[in-house]
Amino acid sequence: MKPTRSLKLANTHHKAATGITGFDEMTGGGLPRGRSTLLSGGPGSGKTIFALQFLVSGARDFKEPGIFVAFEETPKRVISNCEGFGWDVGALKKKLFFLNAQPQPDLIQSGNFDLSGMLAVLGAKAKEMGARRIVFDALDMVLALLPDEAAKRREVYRLHEWLVARELTGLLTAKAGKDEQDLSGLESTGYMQFMVDCSIVLNQRVEMGVSQRNLRVQKYRGSPFNEDESPFVIGNKGFDVAIARTLGRMDARVSLDRISSGVKRLDTMLGGGYYRGASVLITGVPGTAKTTLSGAFAEAACKRGERTVFVSFDSDGSEVMRNLTSVGIRLHRFVQSGVLHMISARMITGSAETLLVRIKALAYEHKARCLVIDPVSTLSKAGNEFTAHAVAERMIDWCKSNGITLVCTSLLDEMANNPSGGKPLHISTLADTWVHLNYLVQAGERNRGLAIIKSRGTAHSNQVRELILSDDGVTLADIYTAAGEVLMGTMRWEKESAERVANEVAEVAGKLKRVSLDAEEAVLKVRAKSLETELLAKQVEKTLLARTTQSREGELSRGRIRVRELRGGDVSMAKSKGSRS
Amino acid sequence: MSRQAQFRFQLYVAGDAANSAQAIANLNSICRTHLPGKHEIEIVDVFRDPKRALADGVFMTPTLVKMSPAPLCRIVGTLSQPEIVLLALGLRSIAA
Repeated sequence: MKPTRSLKLANTHHKAATGITGFDEMTGGGLPRGRSTLLSGGPGSGKTIFALQFLVSGARDFKEPGIFVAFEETPKRVISNCEGFGWDVGALKKKLFFLNAQPQPDLIQSGNFDLSGMLAVLGAKAKEMGARRIVFDALDMVLALLPDEAAKRREVYRLHEWLVARELTGLLTAKAGKDEQDLSGLESTGYMQFMVDCSIVLNQRVEMGVSQRNLRVQKYRGSPFNEDESPFVIGNKGFDVAIARTLGRMDARVSLDRISSGVKRLDTMLGGGYYRGASVLITGVPGTAKTTLSGAFAEAACKRGERTVFVSFDSDGSEVMRNLTSVGIRLHRFVQSGVLHMISARMITGSAETLLVRIKALAYEHKARCLVIDPVSTLSKAGNEFTAHAVAERMIDWCKSNGITLVCTSLLDEMANNPSGGKPLHISTLADTWVHLNYLVQAGERNRGLAIIKSRGTAHSNQVRELILSDDGVTLADIYTAAGEVLMGTMRWEKESAERVANEVAEVAGKLKRVSLDAEEAVLKVRAKSLETELLAKQVEKTLLARTTQSREGELSRGRIRVRELRGGDVSMAKSKGSRS
Repeated sequence: MSRQAQFRFQLYVAGDAANSAQAIANLNSICRTHLPGKHEIEIVDVFRDPKRALADGVFMTPTLVKMSPAPLCRIVGTLSQPEIVLLALGLRSIAA
C-alpha cells in the first residue's frame, strides 16, 4: 500500500519524487526539482542503488526520462546490478540513457582541463531525449583528476550552474568516509555540501555484527524535512526508508469490529474480543503458552476465512503446528487451503529493519488481515537494541494503517519478571491490548495465570484467570481466592469439589424442609376444610331455625284470620271493599 | 616512433574557453617545434558537435587525441607541460 501512497504524494511542482518508500514522505515529495542534490556515503552504502531508483522511478512512473553518468562502473555493470530489484531497465531504454564516463586508466594529463566537454555532450543528449533527471555517479572519481581544490570547486560549480540552467534535477553521488563524522573533514565532498541545494548522507554501521543502514537528510534548501537519521534497508525492490509517522498524516481508520481471540472466555473478559486492527501483546515467561494463545487466535482468524500470516522465530512452522495440535488447535488444514501462511524464521538473521521489511512484504503479498509474530522480542536480538523499539513502533503503525490485527508474543526475561513493570521492547505502551501470562507456584504446582493488564477502549475483567490447556482446546477457569490467596490447579479443584459437597448438603436440607412444610400445609388445609364444613352445618341450622320461626308465625296469623272468619265479623266488609273497586 | 610518420591529431575544445585556446596554442607550438610539416590538426568544438564527442567518448576538455601513428593516445589538459606531452606522444627521445 505504501508505494501507491508515495506515488500519490509525489511529483509536485517543486519536488521530483524518487519513488523510494519513505524517502518521499521524509522530504515532503522527493528531491528538489531543477536543483542539485548530493548523495554521499561510504563504500557499499547504497548510493548507486538510490540514484538508479530515482532515475528508474522517474522514467517509469512520472514520464521523466533520465541520464545516468557512470564514472566508476561501466553502465553495463550498473544495469546488471539493478536487474535484481525487478526494475526492467531494458524496457526503459528510450527513457534512460547511460553514459560511460569512466576516466581511461591510461589517461595522460597535462595542465588544466574541465568538464565542459561532458556537459556539452550531456546537454545535447538531454535535449534530444527530453531528460528531466540526471545522475552523476561517483563524481569524486573525476574530481580526483583535478589538480587542486580550486579546480574541483570550479567544476562542481560549473555542474551546478549547468543543472540549474537546464532545469534538470541532478543527483551527484560521492564517496565519503565510513562515518558521517569524517565527512566534513573529507575535502572532496566538504565544499560540495555547501554548494548543493540538498544533501543526503548514507551510513552503514555494524553493531554486534549486524549491519545497520541509516539515511539522513543533512540539508534541504527551502523545504522542511525530517532531520533524523532514518534506518533503511535495501530490499528486493530497492530502497526502503523507514520513517516514523509524520505529523499531520491521516490517522488510520479505526474499527469497532471485534474479533475473537480464539478463547471464548478471554473474549468475554475483553468485552467481545480484540478490536480489529488492534495490536495485541502477549507477554510471559517461557512455557506460559504464549504461542498457544497466538495459535488460537490464528485458528479463529482462519475459521472466519481471514488471511493470516504466522511468523515463528522460535521454531519451525511445522513444529508449531504439531505442538498446537496437541491442544486441539489444528492449523494444517488452513495452510493447505492457503488461508494461513506459516513462516519459519528461526535462523533468519539481520537487522530488525530487514526483518520488518520482510514481514511487511510477506504480509502484503499474502493480503493478510491478521498477523502473528512469535515472538516479537526477536527484533531486539544482539546488535539491534537501539533500533528494535522503533522497528516495533513502525510495525504496529504499519499494521494499523493497513487494518491488520497484530498479535505478537514477547518473552519477559525471568530476571526482570515483573508483570506490571516489565516492558519488553517498550512496546507494551504501544500495544492496545496487553495480555500477560504467568506461572503461579503454589502447593508444589505451577499453574498458568492469565491477566489482562490493559485493553484500550474496552471494559475488561480485572481478574486473573487460570489458563487451562487440554486436548480439546484452550479455556480459562475462574480462580478461587481464599483468605487472600489465589487458588489454582489442584487446590482450585479441591476447593471446587468442597464447594460441590457443600452444595449437595444444602440441597438435601432444603428438600427436607420442603417436605415438612408440605406436611404442615396439608394439616392446616385439613383443618380448614373441617372448619368450613362445620360452618356450613351451622349455616344450615341457622336457616332451618329461621324457616321454622317464620312458618310458626304464619300459622299463628292464619289461625287468627280463621278465628275471625269463624266469628263472622270483618269478612263481609272486606268483600264489599273488593266489589266496589 | 619513426620521424617520417605523419601525425594526425584531434583536439577537442569547448568553444572559446580559455583553457581550450591555451591548448590550441600549446599544440601548435609543440608541432611547429617538433613535427614541422609532419602533422595534421583537427579542432573539434564539443559545443558545436556534441554527438561526435559522445561517440568518441571525450568528456573532458581540452583533450588531445593522437589518431596516428598507433597507438592511440589521449592527453587531457592545456598541454602546458611540453615534457609530459612529448613523452606521451613518443617524441621525447627525439626532442632530447
